[in-house]
Amino acid sequence: MANLDIKLKVDASGLSCPLPILKATQGIKTVESGELVEVIATDPGSVKDFDAWAKATGNALVEQDSADGKFRFVLRRK
Amino acid sequence: MDETVSIVLFSGTDDKLQAASVLAAGAAALGKPVRILLQYWALDAFRADRISADHGLCPEAGEAGRAAVDAASKAGVADWADNLRTAKEVGDVEVQACSLSMDVLKLKQSDLDSLVDGVQGVASFYINAGEGQIIFI
Repeated sequence: MANLDIKLKVDASGLSCPLPILKATQGIKTVESGELVEVIATDPGSVKDFDAWAKATGNALVEQDSADGKFRFVLRRK
Repeated sequence: MDETVSIVLFSGTDDKLQAASVLAAGAAALGKPVRILLQYWALDAFRADRISADHGLCPEAGEAGRAAVDAASKAGVADWADNLRTAKEVGDVEVQACSLSMDVLKLKQSDLDSLVDGVQGVASFYINAGEGQIIFI
């Protein structure tokens, strides 16, 4: 895993749909264009949701992985 | 393509309000403008003095449904009013009260929770909806 310069971490663990993408949307508005936000979620639906969210909003999904029932997303603000 | 998602929210039970809040919040997170028109029992649920009350579930929920929903709220599923508040913070979400329903229920805007932005007639609802999708709940 590359050593990324994460500006903001958003913990959406335990939250159900649509809170992970809502919290991510809230978070990404607080960083500058080009900066990275990391989101941790436990909602399995968030995997497809972040893909759709990136396509719809134009923010990039830079990395996505999962371990121990947690899903991690790294988003770059457009 | 018109991206606006318009939701006619008629039902006032917590499960249907929850479903509508999820659709609204999801669309807001995707950057789509969301327009919600509150009619009848949904409007009643937005009264400032009742918005946090238990609004029950629709009849098909039954006892097992009630138990499942209670367990979900304990597990941290957000309340529908909180979903809408967050959606309004992150996106372009407007909640309007149907003017006919206001008359029927004898409500003034000051009776309603601050989530409600104003009172609207059906013509202005259709104009705002444009060519976008309209969802009825």
